[in-house]
Amino acid sequence: MDVNKNSYTFLFATAMVVVVAASLSFAATNLKPFQDINVEQEKMQSILSSIQIQVERSEAPEAYESYITEAIVLQGGEAIEGQDAFAVDLAKEIRKSDEERLSPLYIADKEGETYYIIPLQGNGLWGPIWGYVSLKQDINTVYGATFDHKAETPGLGAEINTPVFEEQFKNKRMLDSNLTFVGIDVRKGDASTEYQVDGISGGTITSDGVEAMILDCVKEYVSFLKEHSGKTATAALISE
Amino acid sequence: MADVLEKKEEAKDLLVDKQPKEPLFSKKNRKLLNDPLNDNNPITVQVLGICSALAITVKLYPALVMSISVLFVMAAGNVIVSLMRNFIPNRIRIIVQLVVVASLVALVDQVLKAFVYDVSKELSVFVGLIITNCIIMGRLEAFALGNSVWRSFLDGIGNAFGYAWILLAVAFFRELLGSGTLFGFQIIPDAWYLANGGFYSNNGFMLLPPMALITVGIIIWVQRARNTKLIEE
Repeated sequence: MDVNKNSYTFLFATAMVVVVAASLSFAATNLKPFQDINVEQEKMQSILSSIQIQVERSEAPEAYESYITEAIVLQGGEAIEGQDAFAVDLAKEIRKSDEERLSPLYIADKEGETYYIIPLQGNGLWGPIWGYVSLKQDINTVYGATFDHKAETPGLGAEINTPVFEEQFKNKRMLDSNLTFVGIDVRKGDASTEYQVDGISGGTITSDGVEAMILDCVKEYVSFLKEHSGKTATAALISE
Repeated sequence: MADVLEKKEEAKDLLVDKQPKEPLFSKKNRKLLNDPLNDNNPITVQVLGICSALAITVKLYPALVMSISVLFVMAAGNVIVSLMRNFIPNRIRIIVQLVVVASLVALVDQVLKAFVYDVSKELSVFVGLIITNCIIMGRLEAFALGNSVWRSFLDGIGNAFGYAWILLAVAFFRELLGSGTLFGFQIIPDAWYLANGGFYSNNGFMLLPPMALITVGIIIWVQRARNTKLIEE
């Protein structure tokens, strides 16, 4: 057999591609369930980490069960039925218009206190960034925040997932004195008020992405949260 | 005269038949395993695969997982290419090698994502970059295409171990001096640290890629000083 004939070369290449494609897709299909569990557990781990609960990934489902009391989906500021909050793909939702967008909200009970956990999704410099921010019962003060990214520059934009950056968000505020939603301003080094945090040197575009992501995602929840948290909390806030 | 010649020919045939089969671990085959560990180490002598040696040697565990992944890809790749060596059309042989390596790496990546998710996140792009690891393509092209399956397998294992031990050695020093741990277990006692009134502090510089390069350099230095075969005129 002449292995250098053109016809043989084509035949060989075709057969090779078919065999490789078949075996790889077989492997991918069979491993998918295991991978999905990992991704799910990691998501639970991030959600919990935004209310300052650090658990191992394998223990995340159990802790998630015990802390997260309710998971609801909002659309146009109203809670809707028949949607699994955990399964909502936020990366797709943020491209939709405000009326169509589904926004999941997790309500946690930690040591008797209620916290509202809002998932965030936005764009950094190189790719998507995402995170979770938890609000105290006054729906104004940030209790904790956690961020992650797909492909930001290590040492620069990638620093958003470090404690140094995340810790800054604690006790910052989202609503101004008129209870209008203003978000959190990621500043270039002169953060002083309770509405501002310091950005990352050399990671300006990623830092701006974090700011935009908070504005864009949290605004969906403001009216609902004001109602849900009850008038007492809001009143307490005004008197503060 | 013709008779004699014929007899000679017969004797030759017999000789070939009688020649004992080469043992699995003959001296020549053992050399395939041993050579890459020292005299012909892929990293320190051939200076291949440096990229991953710098990037993922901050901690021992990822370095170990990376080594095992490369071991699998290298051994399986060598065996598969060696099995097909008489059927691969010469003109597309590089493409065929690339496809073999790429599919093995894709497989490894999927397995890591399924069973050691955290490590796979840490290794991130470097698993995919095994495809471009010069050691692997080099061994396929230079060895597996022209040698039997068993010898190719040994060559693959040998080179993977040559790669692995350097990776682990570098990771050992970087983790010990940079984080004070080995495989995540604390080695330097808490009381030694400055923060607790001691005298010791981890060297943060060890965590940065330049120190990997310097560590590899020191290993090459020690190796060249001890191994007379490597000393150039």
